[in-house]
Amino acid sequence: MTRLANRAVATEVAPAHFSAGNFATPAEYAPGSLLTVEHLSVADVADILAMTSRLEHMAAHDRAGVLTDRTVALLFYESSTRTRTSFELAAKSLGVTTTLVSDKSSSIEKGESLKDTGLTLRALGAEAIILRHPSSGAPMLLARVTGLPVLNAGDGMHQHPSQALLDLRTMLSRLGLGVDAKIHAKTLDGVTVVITGDIRHSRVARSNAMLLPRLGARVVLCGPPELLPEDALGLGSGLEIERDFDKALRSAQVVMMLRIQKERLAGTSLDLAEYVERYQLNDARLAASAPRALVMHPGPIIRGLEITSEVADGAQSAIEEQVTQGLAVRRALLVRALGGQA
Amino acid sequence: MSELLLHGGRLVDPASGVDAPHDVLLRDGRVAAVEKAGGLASHAHSLPKELQIDAAGMVLAPGLIDVHVHLREPGQTYKETIATGTAAAAAGGFTTVVAMPNTAPVNDSVELLEWMLDAKRGAAVNLLAMPAATFGSMGVEITDFHKLAQAGAVGFTDDGKPVLEDDVMRAALVAAASLGVPVSQHAEDTRMTGGCSMNAGRVAFRLGLRGMPAEAESKIVERDIRLLREIERVDHVRPHLHVQHVSTALALRAIREAKKDGLHVTCEAAPHHFTLTDEAIGDYNTNAKMNPPLRDEANRRAVIEALLDGTVDCIATDHAPHASHEKEVEFERAPNGITGLETALGLALRVLHREHGMPLSRVIELMTKQPAEVIRLRERGTLGVGSHADVVVFDAGAEWNFAAKASRSKSKNTPFDGAPMLGRVHATICGGRVVYRA
Repeated sequence: MTRLANRAVATEVAPAHFSAGNFATPAEYAPGSLLTVEHLSVADVADILAMTSRLEHMAAHDRAGVLTDRTVALLFYESSTRTRTSFELAAKSLGVTTTLVSDKSSSIEKGESLKDTGLTLRALGAEAIILRHPSSGAPMLLARVTGLPVLNAGDGMHQHPSQALLDLRTMLSRLGLGVDAKIHAKTLDGVTVVITGDIRHSRVARSNAMLLPRLGARVVLCGPPELLPEDALGLGSGLEIERDFDKALRSAQVVMMLRIQKERLAGTSLDLAEYVERYQLNDARLAASAPRALVMHPGPIIRGLEITSEVADGAQSAIEEQVTQGLAVRRALLVRALGGQA
Repeated sequence: MSELLLHGGRLVDPASGVDAPHDVLLRDGRVAAVEKAGGLASHAHSLPKELQIDAAGMVLAPGLIDVHVHLREPGQTYKETIATGTAAAAAGGFTTVVAMPNTAPVNDSVELLEWMLDAKRGAAVNLLAMPAATFGSMGVEITDFHKLAQAGAVGFTDDGKPVLEDDVMRAALVAAASLGVPVSQHAEDTRMTGGCSMNAGRVAFRLGLRGMPAEAESKIVERDIRLLREIERVDHVRPHLHVQHVSTALALRAIREAKKDGLHVTCEAAPHHFTLTDEAIGDYNTNAKMNPPLRDEANRRAVIEALLDGTVDCIATDHAPHASHEKEVEFERAPNGITGLETALGLALRVLHREHGMPLSRVIELMTKQPAEVIRLRERGTLGVGSHADVVVFDAGAEWNFAAKASRSKSKNTPFDGAPMLGRVHATICGGRVVYRA
């Protein structure tokens, strides 16, 4: 049986250009935690993708021995199909014992706090917690109070770091760079990624917009002011805002669409028909402005709204591959979270 | 007859225009004599040592006055009590504090006001109160201002919430005008801040938190100023609007203009708003969450500018204790507020005096004479002969780091744990009695 070498995970230090604010140093979180892409150095990203490939190349029965007898809790305060299932399947494929706790069927309904829920899971033997939570920053709190490695599976409007990593690997795969491309500050030089839609409420947009420019990508954010305020430029350098979707598309190698929640348009001056007219990705628009661009979407998709079925199911779409890459990347994140103790 | 002699110190009493070495004799709760250094030497010989405080190297100033504190009693005594909150006040150099009405139940009746002010509550310093402007602070019907004022109310406020309706605020301003007390407004248009937990802007966007725009504060201030103009014109009374914890350049501009126009507007600024920006939230530090929220650097500088140019009338802490279990939750769920009584002087001296060149006497004025004027306190906020014997003795040059765990407050929810302070309280005297000694 092949076992991956135990990796002593050094305490990570945020890249210098992110130290402008009062970021808590990642040192206060257990090694192996992944709370925000801001805590990942480019070298960390390279390590995670290399680990992803190594695990991918292993025979299934060997993989099943990598984290045998380890225990991970999935703590989900929000519904999820892709993220939950892929984390769970990733864990099981590595031999991890998993337990799922959701807010609907636990003492959370009785008012138990996040802190106490985390301490309870730790006392029951959880060695890491995968958390999905509607409140931005909840994973930081959980990581601080439990001292366990925490994998952020999406927190409020804040971050979805594993999504950004799986999106990156999908891009490497589909843009001809290869999933084993060397990761450095220029890996994505010459690549323009257009992220379109409800950026204000999107944790996926934030994670991608903060990660991809550090690998050399030009990231263009696209959407109406109601869903894309100028404050978005504060996410980091290498970002631009373009309100004209067609114009943005003309320079895109990748177009990443985001789900539109109808209720979020209520109260804004936007109406749905106008939004669809200006920002829907459909065949005509894609053929006219970005006939070779890769089409991505983190899901869930609302077909006929932000994207048409023809585009989602079309040859340029990488949507299913994103899901598959999610499984692969999350395996590596689990090994990283439990690393050094296997 | 009880006496206490303070000698060897530098007396800074802006109300009397004094900033020089002076000795101060306190007798029976009043200032009995103020003489140039050594002028009370003969008295020193006759007075036993334990009735003298050697203030050599120290500043003697009127006891500090805070027009905005939350003492949580009745109803939330696990956070703070009148006794613990006023003990923290004494440790911070304050001798008079004004309790906000958002207790449980809300302080909206004479009965509750009298209960709070009763000596049985064990206040360590002078306790005053602003009862609710409206019943239950629900913003619908104004309370009995006349009876409450007779029972000692020094103003009216629904603090924590604004008085949102124009006609209700108008009625409150008119009623308070006839009594000579302010309506103290928490300026926040809550129609613009639903679901928000910090300042709007780039930091909020990065953290994925909904932000309160500056306009939510300035719109209420502008509305209230419009009401003042209208009331002066129509009702021929002169209402006094006091704007609490101003945190934005927009609101300060409106206040500055209104003052120029001769309207009776005063306002306060909180130490956290002139010391920190929203960057202090860092990784969702709930001890940097309060309302109004920490703003950006431009607004922080605007608050300092307004303190320097006189637009701001006083420094007030908005001391708002919360238990650790209430703050150790998801950021959006955490209650607003931080403690502040023991860090106010140290921050004011560090930020305003040292970093921005405000004279020491001006800092003292903003914490003594001027807050006394806001609530029309007589014979406090000054050490003129005959005034109340409320004194703070502090080492203006002392550099130290605040430790939350050493706080007298029941709660430790402060973003200033470990923060550098300038100036340390050596002793606090209230009504001639030493209520705190380092």
